[in-house]
Amino acid sequence: MDNTVLTSFTDGALGPDLEKAPTGIPGLDQITGGGLPLGRVTLVAGGAGAGKTLLGLNFLVAGARQYGDPGVLMTFEESAAKVALNVRSLGFDLDELQRSGLLAVLAFRVDPSEMVAVGEFDFEPLFAILDDAIRRVGAKRVVLDTIEVLFGAFGDDTIVRSELSRLMRWLEERGVTVVLTGERGNGSALTRHGIEEYVTDCVIVLDHRVSAEISTRRLRVVKYRGSAHGTNEYPFLISARGVTVLPITSVALNYEASEERISTGIPRLDHMLGGGMFRGSTLMVSGTAGTGKTSLGAHMVNAACARGEQALMVLLEESPEQVLRNMRSIGLDLRPWVEAGLLRIWAARPSAYGLETHLAIFAELIEEKTSSVAVIDGIASLSNGIPSTEVNTEVISIVARKIDLLKSRGITSVITAIGQGEEVSTVAMSSMADTWLLLRNVEANGERNRLLFVLKSRGTAHSNQMREFVLTDHGVELVDVYVGAAGVLAGSARVTQQAAERDEELRIAEELARRRRELHRSVIEREAHLVAVQDQLDAEQTEIKRIDLREGHLVADIEADRSTMAARRWADAVPHNGEPL
Amino acid sequence: MSEPHTANDGTGADTAGTGEQWDLVLYVTDRSPKCLRAIENLRRACEKDLAGLYTIEIVDLLENPRRAADDQILAVPTVVRRLPAPIRKVVGDLSDGDRLLVGLQLRRSPSQRDDR
Repeated sequence: MDNTVLTSFTDGALGPDLEKAPTGIPGLDQITGGGLPLGRVTLVAGGAGAGKTLLGLNFLVAGARQYGDPGVLMTFEESAAKVALNVRSLGFDLDELQRSGLLAVLAFRVDPSEMVAVGEFDFEPLFAILDDAIRRVGAKRVVLDTIEVLFGAFGDDTIVRSELSRLMRWLEERGVTVVLTGERGNGSALTRHGIEEYVTDCVIVLDHRVSAEISTRRLRVVKYRGSAHGTNEYPFLISARGVTVLPITSVALNYEASEERISTGIPRLDHMLGGGMFRGSTLMVSGTAGTGKTSLGAHMVNAACARGEQALMVLLEESPEQVLRNMRSIGLDLRPWVEAGLLRIWAARPSAYGLETHLAIFAELIEEKTSSVAVIDGIASLSNGIPSTEVNTEVISIVARKIDLLKSRGITSVITAIGQGEEVSTVAMSSMADTWLLLRNVEANGERNRLLFVLKSRGTAHSNQMREFVLTDHGVELVDVYVGAAGVLAGSARVTQQAAERDEELRIAEELARRRRELHRSVIEREAHLVAVQDQLDAEQTEIKRIDLREGHLVADIEADRSTMAARRWADAVPHNGEPL
Repeated sequence: MSEPHTANDGTGADTAGTGEQWDLVLYVTDRSPKCLRAIENLRRACEKDLAGLYTIEIVDLLENPRRAADDQILAVPTVVRRLPAPIRKVVGDLSDGDRLLVGLQLRRSPSQRDDR
């Protein structure tokens, strides 16, 4: 029930009554809600080399191959052979399509220098030729490649104008879907000769601009009568499989969210992230030069290949050999995975092509083989050569589209970006990432050490702890940092500190032992002393007793003596104190 | 109507002054007034200047649309001067006699000998 409501709402937004002819161009059908207006005329305007012809041909070829709609190409610019040759590199075999009766190519060369107009004329032959070709292949689609050349060639533009207008009406009556291409005019005019006036239904403008030596192709649906359509400028690519338009938020944020966790290849990092990355999520690693971003990415692909999964590594700064060598030095040998066909490494400086081409190749790599994990190393070099003011929009949109591509295919990705922590461009990119790891160099005591933080991790209770990121000869290891009174210590400072602490403990232990021994000795001494004192005390008490005893004997003796004496003298009783009264 | 036909017996005076044969093709569709006018205008001009030295082939493109594609004809009426070289095309009902002559370079004078 909910589905029905949703569907009808979507249909309503896109114009329920308007039938569309799908272009088969990925992205364009999305923007236009299904394709070009069926049975009507669409103008594709753009400058020289903007890709108008290719877009038209793509429309025809897709029609013939995928939708069972044969088509007619009428070109006024090149010979049929040349057109066929030009598009062969895009995988369009026009000859084959013509042989199988799905396509008719009519090429006209209009040379104003050999033509003079004298009096009235009409384009009946053009109609007759088209009519014949349409009948012959049963065409549902017609592309008129730059019919504008008829202006000027016939002298009398008034007649040309009215004849073209008649042609459009005639084609619409036949119910064929038409693409007209037109050269971009000066100023605000869409086309040089104003042929947009015949086209009331759909106008698409292509733009090929070069900004800071990097070319980008853009497509915009200027007008689409009776249909909702994306109004932004969308980048489009011309690749080996034809034209692709990349709506920036193509995937409409409807990625599947997996509950599965996959390992980053670094056990302690998995632990910090609550058990690993979610499958299909995007991990961004940012940090200054030499903080170990590539190594982290290499761990990720190594782990994927070890699980038997396909992995892709896109290197924007280094060559594959360089990375293979460097990773071997930290104990990660990726070469066997490359040889086993599990790991593909693509290295390209993005400045070697335009950004769009770069993206196109990337998209092909992604589509060629289903990788479970992709690492894009050194994304910031996409902005090489672009003035910093333009870096954000251009590069960020490329990165966003890359992430979109990866996510729409459920590929778990690691993107490494050089950057000083939380600067603007990194922040803008990080909003597209699910997990953001920051690697930071900490400089102290004449050395640099790497610290790793988890800045964010969507849907995960992640560790808030800083870890020291150590590159060993057996890969990356995360080590607890030392947090002490002196702040965070890492590297040799951590080691020194730990050693110092051990020394201190030892010292205290020794001190205590010494003290114990001292006290022990003292106790023994004092106990001995105590015995001696007791002995003395005993002796003295004995002495006292003896003295007391002797004293009693002495008094008795004296008393006895005195009584003896008194008796002898007949002495009276003696008063007290013995004094005579 | 699509078969070539000779406009006269080929013994007329050499008004172009060279004696070479003029091979002209007139493409038309049906018998629209424009086309009929063109046929008439072309014949009159040829008789006047090229009597006996020209052939006019009239091709009806409605009968033979592939011929239009092969001969690169988009508009009617169109006269193509196949000979003498180089090929020249004049589009229209040829109502302006002077412009027709200039367009086909029919009236040759020593100064006009060298075609572009």
